[in-house]
Amino acid sequence: MIHRDRPQDWRGWAALAWPAAMLGTFFVVPFGIMLGVSFFHRVEGGFYEPAFELANYARFLTPFFAQVLGFSLGISALAALVVVAVAFPFTYCLTRLPRRSQVGFLVFILAVLSLSEVIVGFAWSTLLSRTAGLSNLLVWLGLLARPQAWAPGFWALLVGLCYLGFPYAVLVLYPALSRLDPELPEASRMLGASPLLTFFLIVVPSQRQALLSALIMGFVFNLGAFLLPQVLGRPQHWTLSVHITDQAVFQSNLPFAAAMAVFLMGFSLALIGLTLLLGRRGARP
Amino acid sequence: MTRSPGRRLFLAAVMLFLAAPLLVVAGVSVNAQRQLLFPPRGFSLRWYGELLAQSDWLNALKNSLVIATSSAALAVAVAFPLAWFLWRYRVRHARLLWALGVAPFTLPPVVTALGFLVFWISVGLYGAMPATIVSHAIFFLTLPLVTISLGLESIDRQLLEAAATLGADDGATFRTIVLPLLRPYLISGYAFAFVLSLNEYIIAYMVAGFTVETLPIKIFNSLRYGYTPVMAAVSVLFVLVAGLIFGLIARFGDLPKLLGAYAGRD
Amino acid sequence: MSGLRIEGLSKSFGHVHALADVDLDIPHGRFICLLGPSGCGKTTLLRLIAGLETPTKGRILLDGVDITRVPAHKRDFGMVFQSLALFPHLSVGENVAYGLRVRGVDRARRRQRAEELLALVRLPGVLDRPVAQLSGGQRQRVAIARALALAPKLFLLDEPLSALDAKLREAMQVELRLLQQRLGISTIVVTHDQREAMTMADIVVVMDHGRVQQVGAPLAIYREPANAFVAGFIGLSNLLQGTLAEDGVRIDGHAVRVARLPPGLVPGAAVTLSVRPEEAHLRPFGEPGPNRLPAEVAFVRDLGASVEVTARCGEAELLVVMAPRERPSDLALGGRVMVELPAEACVVLAA
Repeated sequence: MIHRDRPQDWRGWAALAWPAAMLGTFFVVPFGIMLGVSFFHRVEGGFYEPAFELANYARFLTPFFAQVLGFSLGISALAALVVVAVAFPFTYCLTRLPRRSQVGFLVFILAVLSLSEVIVGFAWSTLLSRTAGLSNLLVWLGLLARPQAWAPGFWALLVGLCYLGFPYAVLVLYPALSRLDPELPEASRMLGASPLLTFFLIVVPSQRQALLSALIMGFVFNLGAFLLPQVLGRPQHWTLSVHITDQAVFQSNLPFAAAMAVFLMGFSLALIGLTLLLGRRGARP
Repeated sequence: MTRSPGRRLFLAAVMLFLAAPLLVVAGVSVNAQRQLLFPPRGFSLRWYGELLAQSDWLNALKNSLVIATSSAALAVAVAFPLAWFLWRYRVRHARLLWALGVAPFTLPPVVTALGFLVFWISVGLYGAMPATIVSHAIFFLTLPLVTISLGLESIDRQLLEAAATLGADDGATFRTIVLPLLRPYLISGYAFAFVLSLNEYIIAYMVAGFTVETLPIKIFNSLRYGYTPVMAAVSVLFVLVAGLIFGLIARFGDLPKLLGAYAGRD
Repeated sequence: MSGLRIEGLSKSFGHVHALADVDLDIPHGRFICLLGPSGCGKTTLLRLIAGLETPTKGRILLDGVDITRVPAHKRDFGMVFQSLALFPHLSVGENVAYGLRVRGVDRARRRQRAEELLALVRLPGVLDRPVAQLSGGQRQRVAIARALALAPKLFLLDEPLSALDAKLREAMQVELRLLQQRLGISTIVVTHDQREAMTMADIVVVMDHGRVQQVGAPLAIYREPANAFVAGFIGLSNLLQGTLAEDGVRIDGHAVRVARLPPGLVPGAAVTLSVRPEEAHLRPFGEPGPNRLPAEVAFVRDLGASVEVTARCGEAELLVVMAPRERPSDLALGGRVMVELPAEACVVLAA
């Protein structure tokens, strides 16, 4: 009786109609328009005019675009791998702490997670700079002859992406790992396996699903990074996200930007769908 | 088993990696001089004062606060009825709205941002602050939606039945039981949306970046023309605000549970 | 027609029939226990009476008025839930007075009534405490006070004592019974504990597989179980398979005379003989007498207050319970004995 099948009066339906209208108007419609615009014709100096042409998508076939796409996918995948490789043992150790001690870590992780990409970019460019950076510390320790600038560059961008994705990966892994039965690793220890061996024999295999989710989510998340490539990378390190913004805002070529966004969305949705599919298969006994 | 030194060292090393850039930024923000230097030469809080003294920074701060407070409120106002409806009734296909509600958070933000851009151009509100507010509300809808749903799921159904046997109708049960028990989750949902809106760049930039300058946009714009210590000060403030708000959530709510620990179906 | 009347009540959840065609008459002022194993439909029946579920079929009438479609919040019944369901955000007093608050009673009056009720359940001085600070037994009392606050027409309790430890549970059973007698309120309790039902109830309703198996006073049900399920569920019982003869039952070739034969059974029918362990006796092997079966001692439990002997008689195992001073001195594992089943203790059930 508390959970009826459907509302009895208009007030119940209103509770559905209002969010439905909001999401429909401001989420579904914008994506519909974007999809439409991706087939429109670009007008120099203005925005676009209605048309149906595949020219915007045809531009994907250029070597330049292939290079941008290849770099975006490559660095996103690399960063996701690094992040999960560190975040997984980190989250595991975190969840084995008493719940009270976890809170401090979680607050800090959330604070880092919420930090603007601008601030992360700025902070890392400072840390890697010649005048205020890490290299000063190495000079002071006598490991380096004189301070160096380590940003911008490929490695700076990679580190920045890892920093950005790390708290996100922790939060994706946290629910699954915190529900891992503590007696499982303990049973392994009682059977004579060292903590490290237990981690690789018991913990990692039992969390295959969470690991895969974290990898794919992290990959999609990194694909969305947009300021870091501009702050920590050089122009050849610009990712698809940067080019979408560049085309939309500076080149005023909305149709092409929309086509790239549609492509990026389709690609992301396919990956997320794949995760869900694998998750369903993994859930079966 | 939590006391092993190897684990502690590892946790500490990762935390240092996470903290290092923030520590350096905190250091340069108190430099007495304008140059980017670390370790700081001299100590001064004048760059924090500049934030309130320079009208362009102050304006950006105001914009950010107005957008974050109102978009978080709107996000909760949309998420709450939706979460409540999905919890209360079993209407076929209504869960599709749930998928829509969490979709913005799983897609690369630049995609959603471009969607908003073409939409606001189409309706003629490109560059207006309400456009940023609505866009942020939709984009961060996921956060209150997930926290409020979690809160509703954690309400023992027998409490609602007990209220009914004591004479409370649907409305009275909602007012006297559901709402008070949900309050911490409503506040967390609002706080998450608020902090993330405060830090959001790309949507604010695409929707109204040239007319409504928020703090992240202002920092990035200043970054293009070189360095000013004010942006270090702003960054430190952002870290502190986020830490403070999440600390408060942890103080008054169950943070591990909010993030999914032991919150599974039972 | 006065009291609660249940007519042909059924409830299905999808393909599961939780309750099938239940008829029941519950007069005013009585203490009723719905007793049965888990999944027998007793809680479903209570929730249907409370209005928390809608029946698939059948009617519920209170004093002749059909209340089947009346929603729970308009029935004016008090209910104590298995989890107690105390509102965690309200103080003890606010919990007790919740029903009054919903009805718009003013604050001072609510406070006064909450104090009266807490005195009634012997829990004074906790009015302003948060419920989380109370012990299990105290929370129990708060839940009872809350359900009684509106002087309900019917007082319903769903396994109310299951969360308490054994000692406290026994004390609360007595207290609940005394409270009900003092208030004269019609009370229905769901329990799976036959001891609890025997302690409290005027009328026990034994249920299994969604059906009522037997309704009656506790002792009547104990002495005259209607079928093998009731005999086995209410207390312990020796159940022996046999066939009906002219003057008794033949078991494994032995004749057992019985005082009463059930009507409607003809000689030759397969029957079950039920004998309570405390009514069977051990006799020396070979001593002649009626209704004695030869057996072999399989296990002896000396429990101090009583002695329980398991004796194997052909395929069957018989349990005999006796006072320690009735214990034969030469009782040994594997020893041969006679088990006497007195004719007046034998209850014949359809097999």
